[in-house]
Amino acid sequence: MAQHRVAPAPPREGLRAPVGRRKFLGYLIAAPTLVVAAELTRQEVFGTSSATAAPILSAPQPPEAYDLLDLLRDSMRPTANLIRIEVNKDGTVSFALPRSDNGQGIITSTQMIIAEEMGLDVDQVHVTLADARPELLFNQITGGSSTTFTTYTPIRVAAALAQMRLLDAAAQLMQQDVRTLTARKGLILDPLGNSLPIGDLAGPAASSVTEQVEVALKPREDFTVIGKPQGKTDARDMVTGRKCFVNDLQIPDALPTVICRAPDLNGTPDDVDNLDEVRNMPGVTDVEIVSTGVAVRAKTFGQAIDGVRALEVAWNRGTVAGEDDASILKKLKAAELPLVVPAGAVDTVEGSFTFYFKSNSSLEPNTAIADVRGNRAEIWGPMKNPVTAQNAIAKKLGIPQSNVTVHVIQGGGSFGRKLFFDAALEAAEVSQKMGKPVKLMWTRADDSRQGRVHPMATSRVRATVTEDSVLSFEQRHTSVSTDFTHGLGDAITAAGAKAPGGNLTFAESIFELTQASPYNYGVSTRLLNEVDMRFNTSSMRNVYSPDVTTAREVVTDQLANRMGRDPYEFRREFARSDRIRGVLDAVAKEGRWGRSMKKGTAQGLGIHHEYKGVTAALVEIDCRPETVNRPIREGVTGPRVTKVTFAIDAGLVINPKGLEAQMMGGINDAIALILTSSLHLTDGHFVEASWDNYFYTRQWNTPPELNIIIVESDHDEPGGAGEAGVAATAGAIANAYARAVGKVPTYFPINHLDPFPFEPKPLVPPIPESPVDGLRYTY
Amino acid sequence: MPTRTLHLNGEKVTVEAEDDVRLLWVIRDLLGVTGPKYGCGINVCKACTSHINGKAFNPCSVPVSDISEDDEITTIEGLADGDTLHPMQQAWIDNDVAQCGFCQPGQIMAAVAKVRQCRKEGRDVDDAAIEEIRNICRCGTYNRIREAIKAGSENM
Repeated sequence: MAQHRVAPAPPREGLRAPVGRRKFLGYLIAAPTLVVAAELTRQEVFGTSSATAAPILSAPQPPEAYDLLDLLRDSMRPTANLIRIEVNKDGTVSFALPRSDNGQGIITSTQMIIAEEMGLDVDQVHVTLADARPELLFNQITGGSSTTFTTYTPIRVAAALAQMRLLDAAAQLMQQDVRTLTARKGLILDPLGNSLPIGDLAGPAASSVTEQVEVALKPREDFTVIGKPQGKTDARDMVTGRKCFVNDLQIPDALPTVICRAPDLNGTPDDVDNLDEVRNMPGVTDVEIVSTGVAVRAKTFGQAIDGVRALEVAWNRGTVAGEDDASILKKLKAAELPLVVPAGAVDTVEGSFTFYFKSNSSLEPNTAIADVRGNRAEIWGPMKNPVTAQNAIAKKLGIPQSNVTVHVIQGGGSFGRKLFFDAALEAAEVSQKMGKPVKLMWTRADDSRQGRVHPMATSRVRATVTEDSVLSFEQRHTSVSTDFTHGLGDAITAAGAKAPGGNLTFAESIFELTQASPYNYGVSTRLLNEVDMRFNTSSMRNVYSPDVTTAREVVTDQLANRMGRDPYEFRREFARSDRIRGVLDAVAKEGRWGRSMKKGTAQGLGIHHEYKGVTAALVEIDCRPETVNRPIREGVTGPRVTKVTFAIDAGLVINPKGLEAQMMGGINDAIALILTSSLHLTDGHFVEASWDNYFYTRQWNTPPELNIIIVESDHDEPGGAGEAGVAATAGAIANAYARAVGKVPTYFPINHLDPFPFEPKPLVPPIPESPVDGLRYTY
Repeated sequence: MPTRTLHLNGEKVTVEAEDDVRLLWVIRDLLGVTGPKYGCGINVCKACTSHINGKAFNPCSVPVSDISEDDEITTIEGLADGDTLHPMQQAWIDNDVAQCGFCQPGQIMAAVAKVRQCRKEGRDVDDAAIEEIRNICRCGTYNRIREAIKAGSENM
């Protein structure tokens, strides 16, 4: 898009720009109907500056002043490309959000933000997901719980400008003073009760030139939409089966395609004995060797899977051949950075914890459609990072980036996985090789064994104490490298992360920007060391926080114990801010901290500070044998979290219902991370191949009592929500467990070293056969 | 290739498919009815839960040759009565259950069958009954699912 830089219009007077109100710059775009735009950065003209000028990495506690959200937003500042709102003649308003919705509810919250500023009903706003827009550079990534924080103000600026133009146009047509007009449900009303629908004003309010205009935003005290509970606007499509995921799209001739993968993690194909035999199987149309395996295209996914199962492939070894949990743990231990305070010199409290690999599979497996013909490619996928994907696909295919169209489709969960685009890259390669469109899906076994994982890590803590104070608190987090090569959403930063040493710097920055300690623990240091082990990794509803927080919170309980203090009172006293004390008090009161509990059951606390918000959890757990050993067919029971009381101060809340939903999901994730779900590495591969091996939280694990409290906040910016529910809850569960059984766990999940409660599925063929006895289990 | 007649969502449809193709792929890939989702293919995640003659089942684990012309197959698309949602679908909306929505067609079909089963067996639709439902929700919406099932069952 061409960039127009004209002198700002003279400051407007009147009700909409009172003295002292902050003003922002928007753009009127020359078009036949009203089109407005704003830069996807902050565009404040004057007024109080926001507190984001602290230098990165120099303050003792960077995340308090400048955290990952600021980094993501500021990385967007250098670009001046625009997001646009259009007013349509049918009275609706359209906006293409340059983000990816995988269930977080950002489409709904974006509708709310626009509706608020323009006096519309939420369903009068149409929000779609934008295709890859390379001109947005850094501005098209969905990660780090950043969407609402980074888009809130720009969207409001554009919407406020649209509203100003509609009112001006209505004032002229109605021959009324603009200050007497109001907007409601898509109508502009005058004091006499006359009204004009905004659809009729879409033409008259349009601009013949593109120009920059100053605008003031609606004051918070006038909000009627933001902050009110709003159900998902596409809920009806979801409950009737009409919501379309990428696998549900009907793209002509894009037939089901599955890849036969190696027994080793990241093993590659050497040779295939029976290509022609498989090509002649029922329904199979194409079989081709590609870089990650052997691709089979067929009329149905079932027949593609049959083809994969029949293939006889000689494989090259993988990237971690022969390695297992123990060998990786040994390497991590060897890489732990030294603690400064020597052991035994003074009174210390120590902890050393291991966090095993976890699968970040969403329920929708990696899936993408690719149609590559000649030097053009069209790709459909649920991508959180479409610009980087577009660049990588172009490179893989050897065609110009501008010849690759990337459509962003709503995803079936992400939790970090869809920052990468593994399926899209493969689909493009396969489509090019077969010369036909393909709908490529990873089967569950692929997703579980070869998909991206949350890296294994250790966290070591040493605190020095006196009778009533903590003098120092050192934490050394050592992790298999987390892949940040998706960068900040564009190919330039992604290339930087791929340069030798690039990822470590990036990882260290992310660590520093996210891991604030919520406590006054004297000299407090947190250091990260990462070891590249050639795993496929990514964040998983957060990168470091659940593990770092669990270690810190468990040691915090032990510090309280050493000083003979109650864990709640101890946290209150050592908390760094009243905001933290606010959420802590809320859970202690609502959750009845300290109530008497039966033997084998206990309460536990955890707190966390991240993404501009603070959180606290009070958990009750039941570790009695009759609960732990309750029988569930092909499932893991174990200790039961019976009650969770959770409080969040998230700053300005757009949609309390959506925020509560995100916390609920995070709480169920924390239960899985601490108690039941992990991957086991054996002889160079992950053992778990499906949900009957990898025990994500099920109905029989979820807490019967759940109470989520959204604490009133005077912060006027929205914080992050997508990941905020996990960390404090994980710490609280670990503490409750330790108090219930009288033993502090040293690894997570706590069942990781138990014998497998399942028979591992074969590695060859790599996909288990679908059963044929489904009718035996009807109810 | 055998031509089959299926009774799907109240309509008779014909489709050509080999005997051993699992019903899920016939429904999704050949008939283009995409409400039932693939999440594992081995009858574990339950994302494809649909109804056969009013009972919950998982078409990923049933060869199409096991289905007779008399069997009534209902997917999420066939649950509502025209524009009138089934009470369980309405309860899902009222409780704002869905996040990504991928598992929810299967969750709703499982919930409806579970309530019917409880009624038939004279049991309450309580937490214990709901905990028999094996459907996975990776977004972790379990708590709202519980509330919705209890609310939906009251109107069934």
